[in-house]
Amino acid sequence: MHIADMTAVSLAAAIREGKTTAVEAAEAMLARIAEKDKELNCYVTVDKEGALRKAAEVQEKIEKGELTGPLAGVPVAIKDNLCTEGLLTTCASRILHNFVPTYTAEAVRNLQKAGAVILGKTNMDEFAMGSTTETSAYGVTRNPHNTEHVPGGSSGGSAAAVAAGECFYALGSDTGGSIRQPASYCGVVGMKPTYGTVSRYGLIAYGSSLDQIGPLTKDVRDCATVLEVIASHDDKDSTSLVREDTDFTKALVEDVKGMRIGIPNDYLGEGLDAEVKDAILQAAKVLEAQGAVVERFDLSLVEYAIPAYYTIAAAEASSNLERFDGIKYGYRTEEYAGLHNMYKKSRSEGFGEEVKRRIMLGSFVLSSGYYDAYYLKALRVKALIKKAFDEAFAKYDMILGPVAPTTAPRLGESLADPIKMYLGDIYTIAINLAGLPGISVPCGQDSKGLPIGMQLIGDCFQEKKLIRAAYTYEQYEKK
Amino acid sequence: MSKQYETVIGLEVHVELATKTKIFCGCSTAFGAGPNTQTCPVCTGMPGSLPVLNKQVLEYAIAVGLATNCDITRYAKFDRKNYFYPDNPQNYQISQLYLPICRNGGVEIETEDGGVKTVGIHEIHMEEDAGKLIHDDWEDCSLVDYNRSGVPLIEIVSEPDMRSAEEVIAYLEKLRLIIQYLGASDCKLQEGSMRADVNLSVREAGAEAFGVRTEMKNLNSFRAISRAIAGETERQIDLLESGEKVVQETRRWDDAKGESYAMRSKEDAQDYRYFPDPDLVPISVSDEMLEEIRQKQPEFRSDKMKRYKEEFDIPDYDIDIITQSKHMADVFEATVELGAEPKKVSNWLMGETLRLLKEKEMDAQDLRFSPEHLAKLIGLVDAKAINSSVAKEVFEVMFEEDVDPEQYVEEKGLKTVNDEGALKKAIEKVIAANPQSVADYRGGKEKAIGFLVGQTMKAMKGKADPGAVNRMLKELL
Amino acid sequence: MANIISDETIEYVGILAKLELSEEEKEQAKKDMGRMLDYIDKLGELDTTGVEPMSHVFPVQNVFREDVVTNGDTREQLLSNAPQEKDGMFMVPRTF
Repeated sequence: MHIADMTAVSLAAAIREGKTTAVEAAEAMLARIAEKDKELNCYVTVDKEGALRKAAEVQEKIEKGELTGPLAGVPVAIKDNLCTEGLLTTCASRILHNFVPTYTAEAVRNLQKAGAVILGKTNMDEFAMGSTTETSAYGVTRNPHNTEHVPGGSSGGSAAAVAAGECFYALGSDTGGSIRQPASYCGVVGMKPTYGTVSRYGLIAYGSSLDQIGPLTKDVRDCATVLEVIASHDDKDSTSLVREDTDFTKALVEDVKGMRIGIPNDYLGEGLDAEVKDAILQAAKVLEAQGAVVERFDLSLVEYAIPAYYTIAAAEASSNLERFDGIKYGYRTEEYAGLHNMYKKSRSEGFGEEVKRRIMLGSFVLSSGYYDAYYLKALRVKALIKKAFDEAFAKYDMILGPVAPTTAPRLGESLADPIKMYLGDIYTIAINLAGLPGISVPCGQDSKGLPIGMQLIGDCFQEKKLIRAAYTYEQYEKK
Repeated sequence: MSKQYETVIGLEVHVELATKTKIFCGCSTAFGAGPNTQTCPVCTGMPGSLPVLNKQVLEYAIAVGLATNCDITRYAKFDRKNYFYPDNPQNYQISQLYLPICRNGGVEIETEDGGVKTVGIHEIHMEEDAGKLIHDDWEDCSLVDYNRSGVPLIEIVSEPDMRSAEEVIAYLEKLRLIIQYLGASDCKLQEGSMRADVNLSVREAGAEAFGVRTEMKNLNSFRAISRAIAGETERQIDLLESGEKVVQETRRWDDAKGESYAMRSKEDAQDYRYFPDPDLVPISVSDEMLEEIRQKQPEFRSDKMKRYKEEFDIPDYDIDIITQSKHMADVFEATVELGAEPKKVSNWLMGETLRLLKEKEMDAQDLRFSPEHLAKLIGLVDAKAINSSVAKEVFEVMFEEDVDPEQYVEEKGLKTVNDEGALKKAIEKVIAANPQSVADYRGGKEKAIGFLVGQTMKAMKGKADPGAVNRMLKELL
Repeated sequence: MANIISDETIEYVGILAKLELSEEEKEQAKKDMGRMLDYIDKLGELDTTGVEPMSHVFPVQNVFREDVVTNGDTREQLLSNAPQEKDGMFMVPRTF
């Protein structure tokens, strides 16, 4: 087996056992990146020197027995909206083309403490706004399964890098499906944990009430392992939760007997690609065969999640992105006449089209006279959606459905019609509104050879159930 | 002017809280540090940084609310106020609009005619201060220092209950007193730790409806506030008299020129797009929290005045002055506690202390001398170890540097000379040198003795007891 | 399209958001925003009478820090990303 094909956990074990070293692993990844990334463009920044230096450092600590964790020495890729001290962090935007943070995101620090070796920063939709990684200011990322197709987004660079073996695992962020959807399109595992499980400190905010950081990995074991390392209560993030149950690897058990799984009829209706539908139902059958109780049910309000989401996310984004003004960091326009002209020109030249579209929408829905009708209305609908999920979880341990209506679209197809692109988020978005955990697990391919993902959605704090079901399914499929 | 007009005034008072750290991060709030040396990613709006509320800010805000008879909001939230300006690093200010921490309060003020009137408090909310902009004429640009960015403020919004500059100042004095007593702020207008924006409108006397109001900013002394109120009242009446309309706007008062001008700009839409800050969680004020803060409330002025009247034999006038500053009252009580006679302590505070405060343009809360030293000084006078003019001299040094008066008197050799022989010698010399005055005295001019006492004191370099000098002079004459 | 966005609205939102759009971009923005608002108007179908707006999903409350200084002088780092600086401060166009 080529080293690049190992999972993160098996690589760490091999390093511990002296079969390979962190430096060899980093070198293998850098070679892979050199070979493939010109075409795929998974990375905005590759930190070759830093990775090799860190790998040597970590290797020494592993040998001394100072680092014994399950990810020690394993090279990782970090989405470019997570701040990394001393390493360019762009959010795939021109407005942060030269921003070098002086602090590291808490989730990344947790990885560093566990002996991670950072290879670089992955491409994404600008400020995580998009579903294809095509809104990046640094070029599109291509899907490793078919380079004419998008990898999904917004964590497209992270998903594609894992799929292409350009890293062993990656971190992404998920505001409306941005981990799960690219994981599905690229055939890897991606998980968005319960809101508040991973600290948002150092994550450059898009929609603060919806953003969560999570792992993109080669398999479910890696996913549980990475989540266990990055989950922590952080005093610096007021929305960070105190949880005693973050030993997620304990849930890597092949057993779904008696588990009640609901499939919303609304998730199988109009707009869902037939091949995707078949794959999802096939996966459900596998779980049923393993002892789960699978049922169809009506989850209400599905079609209201998207308009509620885009109102809330755009409103929060319009405010979160005000700080990019050309004064403290990032891009400042060359010529301007006075302060306000400087603001306007810097921001108009620094932000891309999709970002501007959402800032305009968000500013409008918060503006005088519209706040109640749009923003508050959306927050009320959010409460109803949460309630609908509460009712579902009174009956079921988890919800099963597709991640996206189709497999990865061709490059250039999606951006032409923003609303159509937004509709692609229909199965993922409500989960963020309700703060729930969700995982995307590969469950086959379509006739074009493009991966299909199954989504499992749990009640708050029920990641372990999702991991158990996903692991059971994955193990069955391997046999 | 043919019609009679009434001025209607409401105030928005910003008070900088006396916390050690900023409202949402662990940066120091200390005054006078080098530009941007008290900053971090949070208070400079770095991407990815997040706010966490300083508990002391909430406690101070609630304490002020309780002391001003407000209802405390049991479920409060922070909102973002969005506007672009370089002193506002996130380009939104974290404030409270929808669920402010305190509401529906009021304080009583004395009116000019000696009556009492309540000024309603609409709400008190917590928010963060902005940074400082410095204008650089050399480069024709502005420079931003974020040391003040994130310093905690409370904004106390009054009802439009005031009708004159005098009432406004009485209200501000009252707030200042309450907040200083709480220790929640030093409330210095000149230094900006208390700032007042004046909302003012005029209406025809007897009218029910309010007129269109303007908001005036940049008022940093009571004098500026009075002048701005007079100026704006006149401006609005002039507009109405000439058939024009008052425009609702924000105006900046230029105290040097004695006029205000509109701060309008096409780029200031005044549409702040407030919404609940998703980065901060709601505040739930429990009964226990409230009770704890209530327990910590100090004795306020009116109670203190009552107690002084009962406990100490000093004039009402003295009580009034001393309790006008919590710090001065603390000094008074501590000095009395050390054994000094209340009336004597009061005399020092009312006399020399007030004189020096006025002379040096200082606030009572800036008094530096310790109660221990004042008690010692009074002790020295009581023991006749120094005379009163020496005592005043020592006090002046104490006022400046808080020296130990016993040590100081010793070092400088200021003790009264009680050596009768030395005094007698000095008097004999004075009598010999001033035959004319001696003759005058003996001739019945009683006043002439004053000159001779003075000459003797001079010869003794002030270190004699004037009473003793007088007595001995009379004997020897 | 039910929502017609006027030139004034786009101009106004541009002032709020500090974005300067070209004529072409303005036309596009008018269309996009109108379509989005039509879509968002779908929320109006739901009766939300008596439903409290939910800004936080979890009932987490009272997260505080103690009033203790934890940060020191990091000015050099702060200014390391500044487009323009002078005398330890950020340089900006004249504010008045």
